[in-house]
Amino acid sequence: MAKRSFLIPGVDKRLLIKDSIKTMPDVTRRRFITGGASLGALTLLTGCDVIDSSSAEEMLKTVSKFNDAVQDFIFNPAALAPTFAESAITKPFPFNAYYDLDDAPEVDGKDWKLEVRGLVDNKKSWTLEELYKLPQVSQITRHICVEGWSAIGSWTGTPLRDFLKLIGADTRAKYVWFQCADKEGYNSPLDMRTALHPQTQMTFKYANEILPRAYGFPMKIRVPTKLGFKNPKYVVSMEVTNDYKGGYWEDQGYNSFSGS
Amino acid sequence: MSSLATVDEHIEAAPAKTIQPAWVRVMHWINALAMVLMILSGWQIYNASPLFGFHFPRDYTLGGWLGGGLLWHFAAMWLLMVNGLAYLITGLATGRFRKKLLPITPAGVLHDVKAALTFKLSHEDLSVYNSVQRVLYAGIIVVGVLIVLTGLGMWKPVQLHWLVSLFGDYPTARYIHFFCMAAICAFLVIHVLLALLVPKSLRAMIIGR
Repeated sequence: MAKRSFLIPGVDKRLLIKDSIKTMPDVTRRRFITGGASLGALTLLTGCDVIDSSSAEEMLKTVSKFNDAVQDFIFNPAALAPTFAESAITKPFPFNAYYDLDDAPEVDGKDWKLEVRGLVDNKKSWTLEELYKLPQVSQITRHICVEGWSAIGSWTGTPLRDFLKLIGADTRAKYVWFQCADKEGYNSPLDMRTALHPQTQMTFKYANEILPRAYGFPMKIRVPTKLGFKNPKYVVSMEVTNDYKGGYWEDQGYNSFSGS
Repeated sequence: MSSLATVDEHIEAAPAKTIQPAWVRVMHWINALAMVLMILSGWQIYNASPLFGFHFPRDYTLGGWLGGGLLWHFAAMWLLMVNGLAYLITGLATGRFRKKLLPITPAGVLHDVKAALTFKLSHEDLSVYNSVQRVLYAGIIVVGVLIVLTGLGMWKPVQLHWLVSLFGDYPTARYIHFFCMAAICAFLVIHVLLALLVPKSLRAMIIGR
């Protein structure tokens, strides 16, 4: 995955540059890394910036992968995210992205089509009009951001699992990978078990109104069992795949499973 | 003959009684490391979306940015939880908690707080905790359990929603998690200060005697 440009609020520029350097293959560096993971922790006590040490970074990546496995293990496909009364909805529901609202994608609903790729029987693209005809359900659930804040919102749309069935997706595949219209090309992988969760939704409405631009018009994937960054907005394509294709934030170090 | 006997006695008396058994010392220092990692990475995470009108200084945070802080937090949590659990089980099974931390009586605490504030609290026998120590050590164990439970609840608010409900809701768990951190930091200040004032207690935590 190519790295994106630097002026992302809250993201350390040096780290991003370092990340891009790391994408260059370097066998000797890798071998060196495995040696001294525990050294990183010791350096901390001496007050040094441990994250500079590549051994510590490698150790953290390994633990994060371990955490992916742990979360996958404890994920109960039948456990539902708590739902709330309408009175509990957070107003206004916050807009949140790595860019200002003014820079949010402006998608023309008439031209837009959802592209379907990968391990599916029917790869036809879907217009918004066609998608709106699918049966829809509503949910009022808590959106939890990786930053720690949370907000309760009301989402309406088609359960993703119904759509996957409709297009004849191979649900034994590992991921559904979403690509979005955000600048710099947002994308995110969703593990199949979560994609098939009853509350995972192709969202077309917020608070019973057509999804506004701020919340991802024309389509968002609402996943109440994941952190907010795994709820892609402005979705333009979905791909059913066995390959781990990475994601915008996942590639920068957010834990990939990030389940709730 | 008699002189030999004296020497023997000396040799037998030499190893002073162990104040801190090896398992306590090992787990104490692992916990100290885990706690420092959790606090500094926790401050990084807090800074991404502060609960109150302040940030923690960047120099005292771990990870460089939110993503790095989270990686540290969710790595060090295993160290903290596994070590903490082993400590609780051993402390209960060996009866150390009961022997060292109980009883705690209001009168005893009041008496020892007064003595401590007037610098009359004796640390002659390190193997017996005074009432102030008992309250602080027992209290910090409770806080430690709370911070882990709220943390687990925030990590898995759907899978462990019953745990979050126990504390009210997700935002409440987040506040409790924060205040437990604050309590641990306050404890840490007092704890380190007193260890420096009574250096032999620090020695006992390193070499046991």
